[in-house]
Amino acid sequence: MSILVNKNTRLIVQGITGNEGLFHTQQMLAYGTTVVAGVTPGKGGEWVLNDKVPVFDSVRMAVQATEANATVIFVPARFAPDAMYEAADAGIPLIVCITEGIPVQDMMRVREYLDQKQVRLLGPNCPGLLTPGESKVGIIPGDIALPGNIGVVSRSGTLTYEVLYALKLVGLGATTCVGIGGDPINGTNFIDCLDMFEADPQTEKIVMIGEIGGTDEEKAAQFIASRLTKPVVSFIAGQTAPPGKRMGHAGAIIEGGSGTAADKIKALQDAGVQVAKHPEEIPSLLR
Amino acid sequence: MKLHEYQSKSIFAKYGIPIPKGRVATTATEARQIAEELGGRVVVKSQVLVGGRGKAGGIRLAKSPKEAEELATQILGMEIKGLPVRKVLIDEAANIEQEIYLGITNDRAARRPVIMASAAGGVEIEEVARTSPEKIIKVHIDPLLGLRDFQSRDIAAGIDLPRDNWKEFARISLGLWRAYSENDATLAEINPLVITKDKHLVAVDGKMLIDDNALFRHADLAEMRDLDEEAGAETEARKYGLSFIKLDGQIGCMVNGAGLAMTTMDIVKLFNGEPANFLDIGGGANADKVAAALRIILSDNNVKVILINIFGGITRCDEVAKGILVALEEVKPKIPMVVRLVGTNSEEGIQLLAKAKMITANTLADAAQKSVLAAQGS
Repeated sequence: MSILVNKNTRLIVQGITGNEGLFHTQQMLAYGTTVVAGVTPGKGGEWVLNDKVPVFDSVRMAVQATEANATVIFVPARFAPDAMYEAADAGIPLIVCITEGIPVQDMMRVREYLDQKQVRLLGPNCPGLLTPGESKVGIIPGDIALPGNIGVVSRSGTLTYEVLYALKLVGLGATTCVGIGGDPINGTNFIDCLDMFEADPQTEKIVMIGEIGGTDEEKAAQFIASRLTKPVVSFIAGQTAPPGKRMGHAGAIIEGGSGTAADKIKALQDAGVQVAKHPEEIPSLLR
Repeated sequence: MKLHEYQSKSIFAKYGIPIPKGRVATTATEARQIAEELGGRVVVKSQVLVGGRGKAGGIRLAKSPKEAEELATQILGMEIKGLPVRKVLIDEAANIEQEIYLGITNDRAARRPVIMASAAGGVEIEEVARTSPEKIIKVHIDPLLGLRDFQSRDIAAGIDLPRDNWKEFARISLGLWRAYSENDATLAEINPLVITKDKHLVAVDGKMLIDDNALFRHADLAEMRDLDEEAGAETEARKYGLSFIKLDGQIGCMVNGAGLAMTTMDIVKLFNGEPANFLDIGGGANADKVAAALRIILSDNNVKVILINIFGGITRCDEVAKGILVALEEVKPKIPMVVRLVGTNSEEGIQLLAKAKMITANTLADAAQKSVLAAQGS
C-alpha cells in the first residue's frame, strides 16, 4: 500500500520537451512509472525518448487518448499557472507541480480554482512524490529510497533526499515519500498527508520534515495530538536562520508573530512527537 | 522587493488614491526649492527602506523653506538603522483630524489576500495588533473576484468612519486593491490614511512590497529597485539566480535547496561552528552558477573554510563539480574546502574532483564536523 501514487498511476508530463521535463521523464520511466503521454503546445504528434512517449498539443487531447489520471508539471514559472488550470479543466484528479518561482498571487487564484474543481494539487516548488518500487512522480532520485513502512512528508526538496538516504543507510524504507513544497501557497499540506498515512495500513511510522515560516507545523502538531495513533518523528530546518528576512509588518500580524523553529519544535514535542537535532538522527528515533 | 515611500505613493496616485503634493530631493538646496514651490508647511521625510523612520528623527515638520533646508541637511547626513539617508521626500503637510490604517497583504493560512483597517492609524500596526487586536478589522478577498464595494463599506462601518467619507473610502480601497493585484504586491499599505480638517481622505504615507517572482512581468517596477540599499554580494547573487544571505561566521556554505541550506547552517552550529552565510544555488545549478557562488563566498574575508553540500536531484553532481573546477581555476582559494556530493551523478562528480585537493565527507554530520575542525585549525 501507499498514498497518492502506485502501480495504477497513469502519468502525463506537461513540458515534456524541455530540458528538465525530458531528463526527468527518462528517470521516471527507468524507475518503472507508467508515463503515458507528454504535453507541449505546438509539438503534438511527435514522439520522444526513442518513440516511447507520444506528445500532445493539449492536456485534454492527452487524457482522451491515454486515460491519464495524474500529471506532473515542468513548465517555466510564467506558464505554470496556465498548465495547472489546463490540467484541472481536463479533469485530471492529481496535479504535481515541480516548477519553482510562481508568483504568489497566481497561486492564490490557482488554488481557489482547483479547490472549486476538487482537484488535488501537490506543490508547486516541490520534488514530487515517490512510492518506492512502484512509482515515482517528479524528481526525487529513485535509488536513494527503499520500500518500507515509513510514511515521509516534507516541505523541502533536497532535505527530503537527505532523510530518505539516511533511512536507507540503516535499511529502513518508505511507503510513500511526499514533498509538499516550500511555497507559501501550495496544495496538499502536512495534515492531508498525515491523514492519508494514518489511513494507510502499511504505514507504521511517520517522518515529518518542516521548516521555519508559516504555521503549518503547529497546525500539524494539533492534528497529531488529536487524531493520530501512529508515532511521528520530526525535524525542523532553520533553527539558526536570521530573523527579519521575511515579509513586512502586516505579514507578521497575519501569522500571529509565529513561524520560528523554536515555536514549531515546542508544539510538536507537546504533541508527543520526537524531534531530531539533525536529519541523520532520525533513523535512531524510529527504532 | 521593497519600494520607497515616494515610489509606493506614486503608484497609489496612478490608481486614483489622493496623495500630498511633493517631490524627492537629494540635496538640501533642492529641498528648499521644493518647499518654496509648495508654499506653507512641509514635511521632510527620509527615504530609506526600514521602519521606524519617525522615531529615529527621520521625519520632521518644517514651517518655512529655510527650515526645510536645515532639516534636509540634518536628515541627509543621518544613518537610520545602519542605512545612510540619500534622499528626502518633501511633502505638503496635511491638516490632520484623524489617522487611519489601511493595508492589503497575503494571508498565507487562509490562502487569500486580506484587507485590514484600523481607526488607530499612524502608529506601527503590529503594535496595535499586540495591544488591542479588536481595533483591527480584517476582510478576506476572493482572489478570483477581487475586492467588492460592499466589503469596503463593511470596513468603513467597522472602523466607525463618518458616512460622508464612505464613497471616498471605497474608491481608495479599490485603488489600493488594484495597485496591489496589478503590481503583484505582497503588501500595499497606507499608514496613515488621514482624514483632513476639511473632511477629505489623503494617503500621507505608503509602503509596497513586490513579489520578486513576479518581476518578470513588471519591468517598470524592477527598475525601481534601489541597489544602494542592499549588500553588494546579495545583488551579485541575485544576478545569477542564487539565494544568498550574509552572516557573521567563518564557515562559508554552498548548498542546493533552501531547506538543506538551512539544515547545513543548523548542523554547523550544532557542532559549535558559525556559518558565514546562507547560500542556495537552487535547482538545476550549472557550472556558471556554482562558480559565481564560490566567488561570492570568497569575497567575504571572514571565511576560513568552505563547506559544499550537494544532494543531487534536479541538480546533477557532475555539473556542480565542473563548476567548482572552473571556479578554482579562476579564484584559486587558499582556504580548505570540504565537499560532500550525494545523489544524481554523484560518482561522476566525485571522480571529477579527485584531482583538486579537497576534504571529502560522506554524511552531513561528518561534513559539518570536518568543516568546524578545519576552521579551528586555521
